[in-house]
Amino acid sequence: MSKSEIISVKIGAEAGQGVKSAGLMLAKLAIRSGYHIYNQIEYPSLIKGGHNVLQVNISKDEVTAPRRVNDILIALNQDTVNKHFSEFSADSALIFESDSKIDTSKVPPNVALLGIPLSKIAKESGNSDLLINTVALGAVTAVLGGNLVILNELIAEEFGNKGEEIVKANALVAEQGFKHITENYKKFIKGFLVPSDSVSNFVPHMAVDGNESVALGAIASGLQFAAIYPMSPISNILAVLAENQEKFGYIYKQPEDELSAINMAIGASYAGVRAMTATSGGGFSLMSEGFGLAGMTETPLVIIEGMRPGPATGLPTWSDQGDLQMILNAHQGDFPRIVLAAGDAKEAFELTMQAFNLADKYQTPIVLIIDKNICENTQSYPLLDFSGYKIDRGKFSTQIIKEYQRYELTPDGISQRTIPGSGNFFIANSDEHDQVGYSNEDAETRTRMMEKRMTKLKVCKEQDMKKPKLYGPESADITILSWGSNKGTMLQALKGLDDVNYVHINWMSPFPTEALEEMLSGAKFILNIECNYTGQMARLIRENTKIKISESLLRYDGRQFYPEEIIDAVNNIRSKK
Amino acid sequence: MTKIDDLKTPHFPSWCPGCGNLNIWSSFKNAAVQEGWDNGNSAIVAGIGCHGHIVNFMKMNSFEGLHGRALPVATGVKMVNHRLNVFVFTGDGDCFGEGGNHFIHACRRNHDLTVLIHDNTLYALTTGQTSPLSEHGFKTKSTPQGNPDEPFNPLALAIISGATFVARAYAGDMPKLTEIIVAANKHKGLSLIDILQPCVTFNKVCTHGYYRENTYYLEPDYDPTNKQKALDRAFEFGEKKIPLGIFYKSDKPSYEEQIPQIKDKPLVEMPLERASAVELFKKYT
Repeated sequence: MSKSEIISVKIGAEAGQGVKSAGLMLAKLAIRSGYHIYNQIEYPSLIKGGHNVLQVNISKDEVTAPRRVNDILIALNQDTVNKHFSEFSADSALIFESDSKIDTSKVPPNVALLGIPLSKIAKESGNSDLLINTVALGAVTAVLGGNLVILNELIAEEFGNKGEEIVKANALVAEQGFKHITENYKKFIKGFLVPSDSVSNFVPHMAVDGNESVALGAIASGLQFAAIYPMSPISNILAVLAENQEKFGYIYKQPEDELSAINMAIGASYAGVRAMTATSGGGFSLMSEGFGLAGMTETPLVIIEGMRPGPATGLPTWSDQGDLQMILNAHQGDFPRIVLAAGDAKEAFELTMQAFNLADKYQTPIVLIIDKNICENTQSYPLLDFSGYKIDRGKFSTQIIKEYQRYELTPDGISQRTIPGSGNFFIANSDEHDQVGYSNEDAETRTRMMEKRMTKLKVCKEQDMKKPKLYGPESADITILSWGSNKGTMLQALKGLDDVNYVHINWMSPFPTEALEEMLSGAKFILNIECNYTGQMARLIRENTKIKISESLLRYDGRQFYPEEIIDAVNNIRSKK
Repeated sequence: MTKIDDLKTPHFPSWCPGCGNLNIWSSFKNAAVQEGWDNGNSAIVAGIGCHGHIVNFMKMNSFEGLHGRALPVATGVKMVNHRLNVFVFTGDGDCFGEGGNHFIHACRRNHDLTVLIHDNTLYALTTGQTSPLSEHGFKTKSTPQGNPDEPFNPLALAIISGATFVARAYAGDMPKLTEIIVAANKHKGLSLIDILQPCVTFNKVCTHGYYRENTYYLEPDYDPTNKQKALDRAFEFGEKKIPLGIFYKSDKPSYEEQIPQIKDKPLVEMPLERASAVELFKKYT
């Protein structure tokens, strides 16, 4: 296979049939064999039943997005065939349950039909119907030409804590599934996942999703307190944090609601520790009250906002980019808010760590925006690196300070912070206040204090804000502008496009006005791509720059853009020109 | 040693002359002097309402939060620094209206906080509307025909929600209020003091005279460890029948005593270091 070739395996089943765990094992099998992966999971808001699918994309080159087509479809139920029969690639196969009455009549004739008695193998060899996903995993490993020894290692690691019996049963059914392919469908085996030449010079990789990378980034940054109310799609952040709290010595607390979450985190931060919360759009609506409280009291705080489609409950398990303008505008009055947006799990890791330093330095709330695709899709990266990270607490002291004033007016707007119990007196006051913190409604004081707080944003722009990133050629026929999880799709699309480049924006507030204007000064055609109805990034650009966007490609159906769709859009523009 | 002058700020209370908040303010300062509470060992979290102004009149480190949200801020403070005495000043509207959900959950978790309710049975800072603790039929600006809602019973609510120290005090009896504040702070767990605090401007029913006339202290042999009895007494209210004192007390471990991470010392006293998350990475390879 060529370096850029991607093999896409889609597994479909009812919720509860283990699609996610099978997909993750296949992903790990691939990275241990020296390949890159990108897993995309799609499911409805249900615990049992419904239709869950996971696509594992495997390549020798970096792979950053899902594909519209599948090379192998694994159907554990009829729904999978019905919903995905039109997505087969030219040289593809269907692995399905041969004993049930799965109707394959709609499947195109060129697709290899690899029927396997999945339930029979699961029951006879593993004593449990629950193991059909492992049988299928064994089978697909064989079709891909993968290594059964590596699969067995993964089974031992995955099920080790459930006991020897479970490990044995899984290993046995995986082997049976594997054998069923080698004995019955030998000619369909692809020599693809062979851990050969590439594996020895392949640096160790890890497969993480954004929820995991945010939690890991927070732990690496010295997180001390997190209060997070469960909400899709960020719930797994709290699961990772809750699991590791005793080991790393921080506290995770599940509060009664998001109002409490943000206020608890603010209380913890006021008392002197590094604190965070996380939520999705609905929870952030509740938090908007506390968001400004952190701004007014100048309390450092990291807020992770994982977007899903609104309004109201919306599409709880799908993705969207419709919260940008809310986050930029939430809360009454003006206060300095630093708003960052990650484009993938790795950026989410790095920006989480940076967010803690920015919060301490500017003593104000930092929002890191991610979205469902980042939260729950898994990508492989070289082991995440935090060796260069230095904790910077800014102007922070626990010593007694003479004539201490918490909100002292300074040229950069940042005052010395101390904590209760240090012996220093101050009031962290939600009312407008003087330099000590006493409530004060004097016009002059109010003016100076508003200016002091807002100065911090100017300083942040000068000292910390990063320019947007340019991918592809310096100059191009068409320039794509986007943000968030669209990044992966754009990078993948660029590989199939000539004379197109991509500008990726991470800083939303402060906004890189001058840098973006300069980067786009020579752009011939600007295509803005977003997952929301009104083009919220385009609005932000219009508000802050003189840039003229030529065209926008928007979607608000909860689904992720495929690279193929971007290529189509570019071709379409070219044909009109 | 805390001296009364140490607590003085450049701001003298702006409450109305005769306001019960003045008594609460003085009683708390007396308790602070008696117990040595200061900026090295204590913090105050206040909500929004007339009570919240107290942060300006007492030189003790404080956080004045949002309406209804004093409790979550205070629980955050206490979890990361359990060596601090954490006092929550809140009103009946603040705590039981906007903050009702936080109240029941803070009780349920038994955080080691001392919660002082400035209970004037109405909203005073917004110039006199009904509160969740207003009596049925009570006439205010928002209920000119008389309040159609029944009030909460704050003591009973606290007891059934899991608070482990539940008391009622009358602001006008400062020595006794001081004593109860001290006892509440010594208790490990969520301590609630419902302080009957006459609003001299907007409440013409619950006046100092009314409370002096109709309150009495629980008997010396009253057993506060009996939960059922405590609930019975919490429902006793009316002419000559308003009990004061400690209704309920239980020795359940506080929330903070149950967190292994802070068994040896508060989180805030631990060095902040970059954690070696590398060992967690293995799971993802």
